[in-house]
Amino acid sequence: MSILIDGNTRVVVQGLTGREGGFHAAQMAAYGTKVVAGVTPGKYGQQVNGVPVFNTVRDAVRASGANASIIFVPASLAADAVMEAAAEGIGVCVCITDGIPALDMVRAKAFLKDAPTRLIGPNCPGLISPGKCKLGIMPGPIHLPGPIGVLSRSGTLTYEVVDQLTKVGLGQSTCVGIGGDPIIGSNFIDLLELFEADPGTAGVVMIGEIGGTAEEEAAAWVRAHMTKPVLAFIAGQTAPPGKRMGHAGAIISGGKGTAAEKMAALAACGIPVVKNLAELGRMAKEVFAKVA
Amino acid sequence: MKVHEYQAKALLAGYGVPVPRGEVAHTVDEAVAAAGKLGSLPVVVKAQIHAGGRGKGGGVKLARSIDEVRDLAGKILGMRLVTPQTGPEGKVVGKLLIEEGLGIARELYLAVLLDRTSAAPLIMASTAGGMDIEEVARTRPEQILKQVCHPTLGLLPFQARQLAFGLNLTGDAFRAFVKLATDLVRAYVALDCSLAEINPLVVTNEGKVVALDAKLSLDDNALWRHAEFAELRDLSEEDPLEVEAHRFRLNYIRLEGNIGIMVNGAGLAMATMDLIKLAGASPANFLDVGGGANAEMITNGFKILLSDANVRAVLINIFGGILRCDVLAEGVVTACRELAPKLPVIVRLTGTNVDQGREILSRSGLDFIVATDVADAAAKIAALRLGEVAAQAGANR
Repeated sequence: MSILIDGNTRVVVQGLTGREGGFHAAQMAAYGTKVVAGVTPGKYGQQVNGVPVFNTVRDAVRASGANASIIFVPASLAADAVMEAAAEGIGVCVCITDGIPALDMVRAKAFLKDAPTRLIGPNCPGLISPGKCKLGIMPGPIHLPGPIGVLSRSGTLTYEVVDQLTKVGLGQSTCVGIGGDPIIGSNFIDLLELFEADPGTAGVVMIGEIGGTAEEEAAAWVRAHMTKPVLAFIAGQTAPPGKRMGHAGAIISGGKGTAAEKMAALAACGIPVVKNLAELGRMAKEVFAKVA
Repeated sequence: MKVHEYQAKALLAGYGVPVPRGEVAHTVDEAVAAAGKLGSLPVVVKAQIHAGGRGKGGGVKLARSIDEVRDLAGKILGMRLVTPQTGPEGKVVGKLLIEEGLGIARELYLAVLLDRTSAAPLIMASTAGGMDIEEVARTRPEQILKQVCHPTLGLLPFQARQLAFGLNLTGDAFRAFVKLATDLVRAYVALDCSLAEINPLVVTNEGKVVALDAKLSLDDNALWRHAEFAELRDLSEEDPLEVEAHRFRLNYIRLEGNIGIMVNGAGLAMATMDLIKLAGASPANFLDVGGGANAEMITNGFKILLSDANVRAVLINIFGGILRCDVLAEGVVTACRELAPKLPVIVRLTGTNVDQGREILSRSGLDFIVATDVADAAAKIAALRLGEVAAQAGANR
């Protein structure tokens, strides 16, 4: 089992005719994902690696039965692409695009309130249910099917964590990069709920970073509602305040959002926290020994 | 992107937010002329740097005569202003804001910021104006009033009234505040701000409500739709290496330590910094070359991190996904041939095309220290004992 995506997921790629969109559509298809359509306004009739291109998400969904989308369009157009997917009832929408103005996401998120769509991202690597479906840009071969859910605000750091899990023999049910922006479609709690309900997930690794209070909120939620073990890691223990560390959301502002605060909040809720990234695989093996 | 107080005030005034009359001055003569133009005394002489706490550092002074303006402008221009936000090295003052002095009846606090949890702008007001708002939030949270703005409608009139009642405003000041708060949120949205802060917002003896100070941070992701902001950027306020990195689309932040790092991805870069610290050393920088880096960007990134004279060793940590290890390796080899750095370069590569990447490194004939995983990289950092070197240097100083 897995969350959000599986072997039946049918994907439309928004921005398929672009360099990134075309490249990753081919990578996803090579992993076994059903990539059924693409959208680029004005490019109806073209094909990219055999995948038909439509002018609108509506046309693409009607012709292909797509139920998930992945967005590779430029930052200035990405919030609109999210809303277009939502307007057509797309179930899971992943927005890979980095650099979207925060207030564009404020408006897009308000629009999503009335839609059946679960948005993952933006500024994220997407998600993967190993062996079943890849709706993202992560390297497929590092993953292993198994019982551990992975949740992260980061991209390559998630790969590092997954790689360590795979090397100690802990496979993954679904790995989700929720995105490094301040306003994101789904937060830790939204996905922890899904992992808690998923019979295929036995435990969760949660990778947070400096900025905001999402980890603290997730910690309280885990203590109140989660029966499965959670292991956490927080990046940015040495990050200086007031500096945006690459991700738009990774900033300690007004003395809030430090790694120390988050690690303390997680520990106070009974969640084991990995201090040294090099030890994550080993600690995961201990923490999940009983369940996986 | 940060802007100066005088720029923030001009931007906010464009949306109807009342600000004191004033003018920017780059020289003592300009300061005197600006004070003369105001035609009233006293005037306030304010250092313009991108950091708060200027008053405490001696960068904001009241002048009761034109002679005093001349005297103060001479003292503040060119001074190295140290505030709690500048760090111990401070910032050199290159500009002044010369402003009319106002008779102040009350000092309030007003700010708009992005609330991640509600995914909307949040407006905060407090009667504790002119103070460190973080301190107020910690010790007297009941003195901070909040309203979550509607994501598309902005601040609604009833919300502005709730704030005004909460601040115990009456009469003209009440009406002026309601308009100002609404205009501030309008400006926040129209200018794509990430923070708009007025501290203090003052009620004058005449019952006017005026932004005595103003701080704006603009969303870097939205600068493309505000061409007019380009000329507001003050590069002298930014680290030259960070400016240089930005030109090459690299995310670089200079830090205090001596291990230069180059990583793909912001999360992994932060985690690599932490790893270095845990290995007993200290990172010299944050450098995220991003997912789509090419060989040229790698070379430029390498140059920038080596330009920092504190760097004693380099750690490259790449998890190849979109950025393939062979591309990275070629960039690193090119950069090392060109720059011939005489310091240890530890390379940890894994992911897409890792074998080709390692092959390129070993065929280059250059002296790389190859680490197999993050634990190995940490061990190799620890073995350099650069933390002790730094501590020794500190002790000698």
